[in-house]
Amino acid sequence: MLGFNWLASYDSIAGEVPQIPKEWFKINAFLKIGENGIVTIMATNPEFGQGVTTSMPMVVAEELDVDWQKVIVEHAPFNTDLFTRQFAGGSQAIRSGWQGLRMAGATARQMLKEAAARAWNVPVTEITTKSGILYHKNSGKQAGFGEMASAATKIPVPKEVEMKAPKDFSIVGTSRKNVEGKNIVTGEPMFGFDIDREGMLIAMVAFPRAFGMKLKSFDDSAARAMPGIKDIFSFKSYKDDYQRNMFDASAFTDLVAIVGNSTWEVMNAKEALKVEWEPISDTTINVAGFGGGSRTVVIPAGLESTADHHAKMKEAAAKPGRELRRDGNPEEAFKNAAKVIEQTYTAPYLAHFMMEPINFFAHVTDDQVVVAGPTQAPEFVERTISARLGIPVEKIDVQMTRMGGGFGRRAYNHYATEAAVISQKVKAPVKLVYTREDTTRFGVFRPTYYVTYRAALDKNNNLIAFHAKAGGIPESPLEANRFPAGAVDNYLAEVWSIDSNITIGAFRAPRSNFMGAVEQSFLDEVAEAAGKDPIEFRLELLKRAKEKPVGERNDYDASRYAGVLELVREKSGWGKESSKKNRGVAAYFCHNSYAAHVVDVEVKDGQPRVERVCSAMDCGIVVNPDAAANMVEGAVVDGIGNAMYGEMTFSKGEPEMDNFDSYRMIRYNEAPKSIDVHFVQNEIAPTGLGEPPFPPVFAALANALYKATGERYRHQPFIKNSFD
Amino acid sequence: MAKFNLKINRKAYQVDVDPSTPMLWVLREHLKLVGTKYGCGVAQCGACTIHVNGEAVRSCITFVSEVGNKEITTIEGLSEDGDHPVQKAWLEHDVAQCGYCQPGQIMTAVALLKKNPHPTDSEIEEAMSGNICRCGTYTRIKKAIHTAIDSK
Repeated sequence: MLGFNWLASYDSIAGEVPQIPKEWFKINAFLKIGENGIVTIMATNPEFGQGVTTSMPMVVAEELDVDWQKVIVEHAPFNTDLFTRQFAGGSQAIRSGWQGLRMAGATARQMLKEAAARAWNVPVTEITTKSGILYHKNSGKQAGFGEMASAATKIPVPKEVEMKAPKDFSIVGTSRKNVEGKNIVTGEPMFGFDIDREGMLIAMVAFPRAFGMKLKSFDDSAARAMPGIKDIFSFKSYKDDYQRNMFDASAFTDLVAIVGNSTWEVMNAKEALKVEWEPISDTTINVAGFGGGSRTVVIPAGLESTADHHAKMKEAAAKPGRELRRDGNPEEAFKNAAKVIEQTYTAPYLAHFMMEPINFFAHVTDDQVVVAGPTQAPEFVERTISARLGIPVEKIDVQMTRMGGGFGRRAYNHYATEAAVISQKVKAPVKLVYTREDTTRFGVFRPTYYVTYRAALDKNNNLIAFHAKAGGIPESPLEANRFPAGAVDNYLAEVWSIDSNITIGAFRAPRSNFMGAVEQSFLDEVAEAAGKDPIEFRLELLKRAKEKPVGERNDYDASRYAGVLELVREKSGWGKESSKKNRGVAAYFCHNSYAAHVVDVEVKDGQPRVERVCSAMDCGIVVNPDAAANMVEGAVVDGIGNAMYGEMTFSKGEPEMDNFDSYRMIRYNEAPKSIDVHFVQNEIAPTGLGEPPFPPVFAALANALYKATGERYRHQPFIKNSFD
Repeated sequence: MAKFNLKINRKAYQVDVDPSTPMLWVLREHLKLVGTKYGCGVAQCGACTIHVNGEAVRSCITFVSEVGNKEITTIEGLSEDGDHPVQKAWLEHDVAQCGYCQPGQIMTAVALLKKNPHPTDSEIEEAMSGNICRCGTYTRIKKAIHTAIDSK
């Protein structure tokens, strides 16, 4: 069977390829040591470009105290008995993995020390390590980890171990190249789309072009006769009474499978397939709750259009919402205000457009299921397939491939179950592939959102009241306990939502990607109305939140929040720039980390272009600084792109964009000319980085565009800046 | 179906496929050269970029029947050991995030530098703007191209 070469490359620039050991000694699930001192460390988590294949093993290597040049990174299998949280999303990999990864390395080091102490007949407390070598100072004895590895496997696993102090780190906090870099630049097979196994067939699925429609009938007479076609049949991806989990989003569960020898032949047959669709009625589905139990959800019938959505959102926003938080007496404060600022901000649905279109491999036999492909949520792939096929999870082998992007979309793995059902039916290994258009149209979109803000200033231009009323289809984006809650005496947060049959899901920094954008744009308007510098204005509020917070449930650390603003002020030379510069600033806290950006915009021939972005992050200890900077740079580009161009609209239930020719993604010539990323230096345990820098980019850009054009950018995408 | 003789990465191949099959799928599925990626199928993203007689082309819209005996190069054939100056520059700047678009980015950059060893920033912009990187690594791509230019 052809398979993947899971052995990661070595530091491809350092050059020296380590000798593969004759024998491996497995110390624990995370690492094994060869007799020659080469160490294999497992990369446990799904990789979609966030760099965990390199950064997580770095943490293990640090506490093991080994030379990084002697480390081979190998992909761990999906195994919930051995590893926790093999999931990509929520900016949690390093944060929730930190202690466990350190323990894995530190306990192994302790076992090696113990083995050396026994071999040398000296107290273990006198043994020290450095870069893969064990030392006993008094006797002058020393040995490589490889020499003690065999004996270490016989040492009981210590319950408690001493871990390094952050000041002693020599790997964590130093930049290490992506261990898969060389495989990437040479085009090695590593993605799900690259899977090729013996006897494998290719499958595609046909589904309605419009949300609110379902399969009525199909005529496959022409398609079936086309070259290379093996089978065409309809199937249900989920059974009608199936209790869905939170990642089972799928608008289309009655599908037609087209199975054949090659992608091109199957694509052509799919074009020749004649399918009739019919409108759905109101449909009730059963969804499992977070902490057990379940709830029924009614998916409304109807063919929805963007114009109708806008009308409904305006209507809902005009009514009182559901109150989430109230401090002081906001009504009274607004009545007594010297100045009231009120603005509405909106954002459309967004599609993820990860570069690798949807695909998944499945081989279902009587006694085993093997599935492989790009997934952020392998545990949910296993659960859903188990429920659908009635096969216990023990018999399901989920293999994770490197993902060509995810951004949230690959947490929703309906396609893995589809592949498994198709494989079971055709009794063959099958790779299910979606075209780019299908990948978009089966969308699990970022919802469309709408917020109305009001701020009250007293006669001394102090912010005395703040009111946010936010909603969306089908959910509200508001987090009521975030800044500026806690910094204002009178605060009111209300939400509303409108039901829809358009499927939605996580998109890089869910909900925050809207709230960070709009809150930080509005605060810029309030600062201007108050006649204050936008950074000073925010720092004043944060000072208040720190010294005399309003309420007890504020979910941010005001000092760290202020810290990124101060750092970005210093590094960008804020306030020192020539008056010609069009600069905007924004800061946000989400996913446990703090981010601030200063964006400089230049207008050339009437076209605004971001010249430079200066970013400041506080995510605690930074494991792999250059890779971390890369992720922040990516978030900046992604934020500018989505803010400027990102938009999915619907007409009679149909997505109106489905490929890069209709859905505009940011390109090379639209990216900033330079991005400088700075990290707050501290010894706080690391927190997330994939998501937190993303939301405030939108606002820093909007605020800079205002300086450049005199126009406020309240409606995404900014190239339209309208909400009709 | 028809037989086509192809010259790819300095080797001769024969495939028996429908003449309308795009080179993308011939490379990926018939010849198992999967470094050339499917991204859009309509020449909008550049993930499938290959060289035909040294020119960067989108293999997703290049039919196998159009190629004739022209020299095709894919990412796999760019260098013996991943040591083309552009590949090395990509590693030096640790450009990739997810990495899916990067073979296409590299193929476009290599074709540009072959034709124009010292391009201006606006020439680089023009050449690279057909390749989308969804992770947003454009500023690193720019640095890597400058490093590759300087290394020559």
